[in-house]
Amino acid sequence: MSVDLEHYLIVGALLFGIGLYLALTKRNFVGVLMGIELMFNAVNLTFVAFSRFVEATEPLRGHVFVVFVITVAAAEAAVALALAVLVYRNRESIDVDRMNLLKW
Amino acid sequence: MEDTGSIVAFWLLAALTVGSALGVVAVRDLIRAVVLLITSFLGVAGLYITLSADFVAVVQVLIYAGAISVLILFAIMLTPLASRDNAEAFLQVPGLLLAGLVAFTIGLVSLETDWSEGRGFPEDTATEIGEALLSRYVLPFELASVLLLVAMLGAILLVRPEGPSTEE
Repeated sequence: MSVDLEHYLIVGALLFGIGLYLALTKRNFVGVLMGIELMFNAVNLTFVAFSRFVEATEPLRGHVFVVFVITVAAAEAAVALALAVLVYRNRESIDVDRMNLLKW
Repeated sequence: MEDTGSIVAFWLLAALTVGSALGVVAVRDLIRAVVLLITSFLGVAGLYITLSADFVAVVQVLIYAGAISVLILFAIMLTPLASRDNAEAFLQVPGLLLAGLVAFTIGLVSLETDWSEGRGFPEDTATEIGEALLSRYVLPFELASVLLLVAMLGAILLVRPEGPSTEE
């Protein structure tokens, strides 16, 4: 028995599914953000696994991509949490069910 | 990977990662959910180490387990009157179906496809990544720095109190 590429891809698929469920169903805005971060992690894990197991002319391209994804994720988290604080300040709630100003 | 140590490490870390991610879904208290999320991030960092991606593992611990989780905790602390519970909204059943379907499809594709696995991996990943970032990927690297600056300024500007400054 050995650990191959498929094992890592399955772990990535499970993490992505859990993150998607969190992002779709959580009522609290911060919970939605946690789901998005989990999906980022799943995708990064898949990138690194492919970079490790699949032969390529430039073997570390996946790692470089992961570094960029983490950078953009950090920027996204900062802006999204600032938005959460702003929404809270205006509406005293960060419940995504009650953010319905654009509904008619 | 054939040796017993890395196989055991993989299964333990995979169980830790997926288990604490499931805990984030199940736990009712948001602060506990963040702690479980940090555990999941650390498990992913361990999985990076089993893939001999040392630089990415360190970045994962510093940025995800360190910075982003602190940001999430700050957001929870700065919204004190919002409900702290981690409850689901009305989309529970469709969300579960869609997430299960996506995970099942990705898993099936990854099992059915022949990925033509091979080896050929440099030992010293940090040096190689640094050289790639400053030669081939220098333009995205500089753009990332601009993006971080803009995001930082945007976050500060957004949470600043409204109206003209009262200190003058």
